[in-house]
Amino acid sequence: MSESLMEWLSGWTRFEHLTTEVIITLSGIALALVIASILVRVQQRLQPDRDHTELRLRVRTWWVIAWMFGLAVVLSPMLSAIFLAFVSFLALKEYFSLIPTRRADRRVLFWAYLAIPVQYYLAYIAWYGMFLVFIPVYMFLFLPARVISIGETKGYLRAVSTLNWGLMTMVFSLSHMVALLTLKIPETALVTPDWPDPDNQIAPGVALLVLLVLLTQFNDVAQYIWGKSFGRMRAAPTVSPGKTVAGLLGGIGSTVVLAVLLGPWLTILNWQTAALGGALIAVSGFVGDLSISALKRDLGVKDSGSMLPGHGGILDRVDSLTYTTPIFFHFLYYCYG
Amino acid sequence: MNNVLRYLFFLLVVRPVVLIVLGLNIRRGQLLPQNGPAIIVANHNSHLDAIVLITLFGMRRLHQVHPVAAADYFLKNPRIAWFSTKIIGILPLERNVAGMRTDPLAGICEGLERNEILILFPEGSRGEPEQMAKLQNGIAHIAKRRPDVPIVPVFLHGLGKALPRGEGILVPFFVDIFVGEQVTWTGNRDEFVASLQTRFEELSQECYRPEWD
Repeated sequence: MSESLMEWLSGWTRFEHLTTEVIITLSGIALALVIASILVRVQQRLQPDRDHTELRLRVRTWWVIAWMFGLAVVLSPMLSAIFLAFVSFLALKEYFSLIPTRRADRRVLFWAYLAIPVQYYLAYIAWYGMFLVFIPVYMFLFLPARVISIGETKGYLRAVSTLNWGLMTMVFSLSHMVALLTLKIPETALVTPDWPDPDNQIAPGVALLVLLVLLTQFNDVAQYIWGKSFGRMRAAPTVSPGKTVAGLLGGIGSTVVLAVLLGPWLTILNWQTAALGGALIAVSGFVGDLSISALKRDLGVKDSGSMLPGHGGILDRVDSLTYTTPIFFHFLYYCYG
Repeated sequence: MNNVLRYLFFLLVVRPVVLIVLGLNIRRGQLLPQNGPAIIVANHNSHLDAIVLITLFGMRRLHQVHPVAAADYFLKNPRIAWFSTKIIGILPLERNVAGMRTDPLAGICEGLERNEILILFPEGSRGEPEQMAKLQNGIAHIAKRRPDVPIVPVFLHGLGKALPRGEGILVPFFVDIFVGEQVTWTGNRDEFVASLQTRFEELSQECYRPEWD
């Protein structure tokens, strides 16, 4: 048996990558979902004539997402990487099924799919240099070369642009979640890491990943609630009429507060980096959400798919993450990398 | 033995590929017949069409579900013939009926007698991917003989992109499966085919289909 496999079997399966804070946070998410489920039931009792199916489905799907993400994070980092690669695959598949493609490019799409395992493997083994250039340089140049070899020039620019945008958004961006997971803190880091558990300084990434996903999804919900309650002035009327300035500002405020409360306790962040990270997640999450809205509006569809009952498709759920993940990662890499 | 192989093939190969590599978006699945005898009619774009439709009925009803397929195409080569009849479970149909002495639809009628759920592609062949051809009359003959058997139209989109005619590599795409209300025998052949054609057009318009050329 190879040495790395032995290390994996003896190390990770003893849950050394998990801190108490991560477990408490995941339990907190479960508790929040229990409360949400109860609230939906209560609302159904109070207003029996109104249709609550959409909300009920939405909460139920949240349960499924939370279970899958929670299990993937808890069991082992390798399982997290495989799970997140699969999410990327679903997102890319949904994107390719949604956009106009050329019949001639079928095999080029196949190559684009093959980039997923490679990119996630690079992130998992933390080969940082190659992880950063594989899609933006090598795939960026290889896919057009493969398109050229087919010889169909009509619609060439649109074909290579849509292909590369999809790969950057659905694979490169999202794969930063795994890079976050395998992040190592060198002695020379710009900001001194503030370890929550002085005895457990091996894997800061698990807590950072949980924080990123939690803050991104929390920001989505917070922007929605603030917007519904106080919103009047529209933030992006032509792209997404539902988004309001009040929603955006309220979302940024709530997310920064949660980041400051949670960040220093859960992760290596101090309160200043947590606040800035929270603000970056709130703003970039807003843009990511709008970027998928713009895509759907351009194509004339309401939902990107039907994989997640109550939410729409996979893209409707990972939209914010496509922006928050690389932004949050590179901010952390600047401070702690 | 062959039944076991068919079961294992669908359980271990077909279902994982259909659920993970492709992924189905089924609308109005409750309109699918629960038990045979019944006929599913679908548009035809890919070899995967029949296989995906079979999976809609689950593993428990696998032995009941059989796609009707062209004898001249699938029985040509002995290996493909074995695989098509034993593993996929096709019911062979002779397409060239000119000068035939026996009843070409006898096999289908026997299948319906055995309470099977048969899958039929009334376009006759896969043709151009993701484009519907004119329906053939065969389905009307069956409807006339067995007006009691429900005929359920199903519109498929996506498989023609995932594995079109003449391609060997499966490329993942989500598959839309839109089930329509069942059609009944109208007493007139042309009228019946026309009503089925209209039903398919309605289903295809309901489905979002991005440009693909």
